[in-house]
Amino acid sequence: MSEGPLRQALARAQRRGACAADAVLVDSESREARVRGDEIEFVTQERSRTLGLRAFVRAPGGLRVAIGSTTDLAASTLERLVDETVELAGATAPDPCAGLPDGGFATELPELGLIEPADRSVPLEARIADARRAEAAARAVDPRITNSQGSDASSSFTRVAFGNSEGFFGEYESAYHGLTSMPVAGADGAMQTDWWVSIGRSLAALEDPAAVGRRAAERALRRLGSRRVRTCRVPVVFEAITARSLLGHLAGCVSGAALYRKTSFLAGKLGHAIASEAVTVVDDGRRPAGLGSRPFDGEGLPTRRTMVVERGVLKSWLLDSYAGRKLGLPPTGSASRSPGSAPSASSTNFWLEPGRSSLAEMIAGTERGLLVTWLFGHGFDPVTGDFSRGAAGLWIEDGRVAFPVHELTIAGNLGDMLAGIDAVGSEVEWLGGVAAPPLRIASMTVAGE
Amino acid sequence: MSDLPAPLRLARDGYGLGAGDLEAVLGAALARGADFADLFLERTTQDSVALEDGIVKSGDRHVAQGVGVRAQVGERQGYAHTDEITLESLRLAAGAARTIAEGSGGERAVAVRAARAPHDLYPLATAPTDVPVREKIALLGEIDAYARGRDPRIVQVMASVVSQQRSVLIASSDGGIASDVQPLVRVNVQVVAEDARGRRELGYQGGGGRVELAAYLTASGWRPLVDEAVRLALLNLGAGPCPAGTMDVVLAPGWAGVLLHEAVGHGLEGDFNRKGTSAFAGRIGQRVAAPGVTVVDDGTLPGRRGSLNVDDEGLPTQRNVLIEDGILVGYLQDRLNARLMGMAPTGNGRRQSYQHLPLPRMTNTFMLAGQDDPEEILRSVDRGLYAANFGGGQVDITSGKFVFAVSEAYRIEGGRLGAPVKGASLIGNGPDVLTRVRRIGSDLQLDHGVGTCGKEGQSVPVGVGLPTLLIEGITVGGTEG
Repeated sequence: MSEGPLRQALARAQRRGACAADAVLVDSESREARVRGDEIEFVTQERSRTLGLRAFVRAPGGLRVAIGSTTDLAASTLERLVDETVELAGATAPDPCAGLPDGGFATELPELGLIEPADRSVPLEARIADARRAEAAARAVDPRITNSQGSDASSSFTRVAFGNSEGFFGEYESAYHGLTSMPVAGADGAMQTDWWVSIGRSLAALEDPAAVGRRAAERALRRLGSRRVRTCRVPVVFEAITARSLLGHLAGCVSGAALYRKTSFLAGKLGHAIASEAVTVVDDGRRPAGLGSRPFDGEGLPTRRTMVVERGVLKSWLLDSYAGRKLGLPPTGSASRSPGSAPSASSTNFWLEPGRSSLAEMIAGTERGLLVTWLFGHGFDPVTGDFSRGAAGLWIEDGRVAFPVHELTIAGNLGDMLAGIDAVGSEVEWLGGVAAPPLRIASMTVAGE
Repeated sequence: MSDLPAPLRLARDGYGLGAGDLEAVLGAALARGADFADLFLERTTQDSVALEDGIVKSGDRHVAQGVGVRAQVGERQGYAHTDEITLESLRLAAGAARTIAEGSGGERAVAVRAARAPHDLYPLATAPTDVPVREKIALLGEIDAYARGRDPRIVQVMASVVSQQRSVLIASSDGGIASDVQPLVRVNVQVVAEDARGRRELGYQGGGGRVELAAYLTASGWRPLVDEAVRLALLNLGAGPCPAGTMDVVLAPGWAGVLLHEAVGHGLEGDFNRKGTSAFAGRIGQRVAAPGVTVVDDGTLPGRRGSLNVDDEGLPTQRNVLIEDGILVGYLQDRLNARLMGMAPTGNGRRQSYQHLPLPRMTNTFMLAGQDDPEEILRSVDRGLYAANFGGGQVDITSGKFVFAVSEAYRIEGGRLGAPVKGASLIGNGPDVLTRVRRIGSDLQLDHGVGTCGKEGQSVPVGVGLPTLLIEGITVGGTEG
C-alpha cells in the first residue's frame, strides 16, 4: 500500500531527469477529546496522508535539489508534483555537499516498542472516560480548584514509509498517546494555572488519569499567593520539567545546520569542556518505547546512541549527511524529516544522565534561592547563548520552600549555566524526547521588583 | 460564462461539489440534534526558496488540501477532517463530527445562499505562487551579494522567499457560504556578523503581507530589509549586558505592539473569557489602561499580514475596539463563544488549516496614536531602557503574566539614548501594565508583516502596531545588577 506511491514517485523523478531521489509517506490517524468540568468540550478525528519527495539533479560543481510535498495523492496531482519538483531542482544552485547519504542505510529495523497494536481498537469513549477521570480528580483535590482549561486525551497512530533511488525501503509504525490536565486554582481574587501530562507509546504506559489530574491540581494550588522578589543573584534549582527546557536549548545548539552556519554558541567547541563535570548528555534514537525513537532516520540511516557530552566535555554533534559533509564529519543518524521539508539534524531521545541528588536534597542544600517550576517566553539566542526567560516557582529560604513567586525573569548565558551546574538529580522525567532530572545552577540573575 | 456566485463556482470547479452536495453534508452533520454545523474546504499551495553559504540551497513546493466538518451542540464541538475531498468522505466526516450530539432526529434540510463578499483587501494582479521561481532565486542572490558587500564582518547570510496562496470555502448550516483566496508573501533576511575576537551576533529583518511579491523584487523593496539585518548584527557586536530590575521603559513604535498582543490581546479572546480562565474575565466596563489608551483589532486593513476578507467561519472581518480610552469594551469572538456569551461574533474565528477547529484569534492588533512627540517622550526619562526591537512573546492567560524578548535595546541616560545592551526579556502583568502608560506618541506604526501567533498548537499570521510608548516600571530581565 505505502510502497506504491513512493516507488511511483521515485521512478518518475528519475525518468524526468533526477539523478537521485528519496521520498517519504506519512500516514496518520488521530483522535483527541477534551473534557472541561462535566462537559465534553470537543472531539476531533482525523485521517491524513502526506507524501514528500526530494529530487537531485546533476550539474557541474555539485547537485541541485528541491523538495515537494502533497496531501493530495491522486495520480495526476502526484505526477505534477514530481515534475514540478524536478523542474524546481533544476533552478537551484549546484551544491557540492548535496546528495543522498554515501551508503550505510539501515539493514535491520529493530522492534522498538513504538506501538501496541491492540490500542488501535480502544474506542474514543474510553479516552473520553480517561479525560473525565483526570478532570474530576483535579477538581476533587481542593475546593480552591475553581475552574479549569480542561483535560485532554489524545491518541495518534502513524506509519512512516521511506524509500530512495539507491534501493533502500523501510517502514515503521508508531503511536503517541497523551493525557493532559490543566486546572485553575483561585483564591482572594487571583487565579493560577498549571498542568501535568503523561505521554507514552502505549496506553498501558500512561500514568493513571486520576494521578495526572491530582498532580496538575497540586501544581496549580501551590502557585496561589505568589508574590514577587527583589532583583538578586542566587542559586537556581530547576524541576525536571523546567530543566528539560534547558536541555532543549542545548540540543538545538549541537545539531546540524547551526554548526556550519555558526549560529550556535558551541560552534568550534568539539572536544572542549562546555559544562560542569556533573553533566553527561546522551542522544539515543533506539531507546525502547522512547518518545523520540525510530529505527531509521529521515535519510534511511540507522539511528544509534551518541554520547554528546561526557563529564562536561563536548564529544559529538548530531548530524544529518548534509551538515556532516559541510563539517567533514560522518552523519550520526540524526536526520529528522517531515514530508514537506529537507532532512535536518535534531535530537531523538536526548537526556541528561541522572546524578545522585534528590530534589529535596537540592532544596535543603540551598540557603536562599529559586526553585523554577514554570518557564515561558522565547528569550534564548543560540548564537551567543544569551538566556533570559520568564519564570515562576517557589522561593527557598534556609533550605526550605518559603512561598510561591512569579513575574520574574532568570537570565544568564547558557555556557555559564552549563558550567555552573553543581547538582544533578537522580530521576529523569520523560515528558517527550528531551528529558532531564532536576538540577541546580550555582548562580543566576533573578530580576523582579 | 457562469452566473453562479463565487463560492458555489469554487465548490463546483475546485472540488466537483454542487450546492445540493454541501447542503446534504451539512444536513447529515446536524442529525441527532446538533445546533450548528459547518464545512471548511481548503487548498493551500506554498513554495519557498532558501539561500545560505552563498548557495540557493533548496526550493520546495507544497500542496495541502482537505476538508473539515464540524457539528456543535451547546458547548460541545465534534470535528472530523480528511484530505480526501469526495461526497463520500464528506459524509463520513459528518458522521464522525456529529457523534458528540446525543439527541435523536434524522438529517435536516439546509439551504445555502451566498452573500456578497464584504471587502476585497488583497486584489493582486499576480498570485505570489505564480511568480516564476527564477525571479525569487535571483532576489536571493542579490540579497546575498549586497549583504556581504555591506561590511566585511558579515560572515553568513541566510535568506528565504516564501509564497503562499490559500483558497478557502466555508458553508454553514445557517445557510451562509463564503469563499476567499488569500495570498501571503514573506521575505526573510538573517545575517551573522563576526568581529576580530570571534564574537558573533545575529541580525534579522523580514517583511511581507498579502501584497504583490513584485514589491520585494525591486531594490527599494528588499534593500531596507538587508540594511536593517546588517545594522542589528553589527550593533549587537558592540552591545553590553542588559540591566536587571524594574525600570521605566520606552517602547519604539511598530513591532513593539507584540506587547499588546501578549499583555492584553490573548486575554481578551472570547474562549478564555467565557470559561472564566482569563485574568480579564468579567472586567468589561472596567479601567484596564491609562486614559488615552485605545486598543483596536482590525482585520480589514488592506494588504496586511493579519487581514482577511472573511474569517475561517465565513464571517466578514471587522474593526473591533477592545480598549477605549482605558476602559475594556470588547472581546474577540468566534461563533461558538459569541453564541454562548450572548454576544455577536466579531469575525475573529480563525484556524491554521482544515486540520484544526476554529478559535477566537487576533488579526492586526494595535494602539491608536496619542499626542506626544516621540523625542519629547525620550527626553522625559532620566534613567531607563529604550526597547527598539523584539523577538517573540508569550502569556500565561490565567495569571495574566506576559513575557517578551527584546533584541535591540539601549540604556536611557539623562533623556538620551545611551549604550546598546543585549537582548533581555521584559516581564509584566497584563491587566495592569497598560495602567502604567504615561506617554503615548503621535507616531503609530504597524509592523513589517512577519508576525505569527501560536495558540493551542495552531499558528496563524497576525499583525501588531504601536506608537512610541512610555511605561512606568516594567521588569527587565538582564544580567547586570
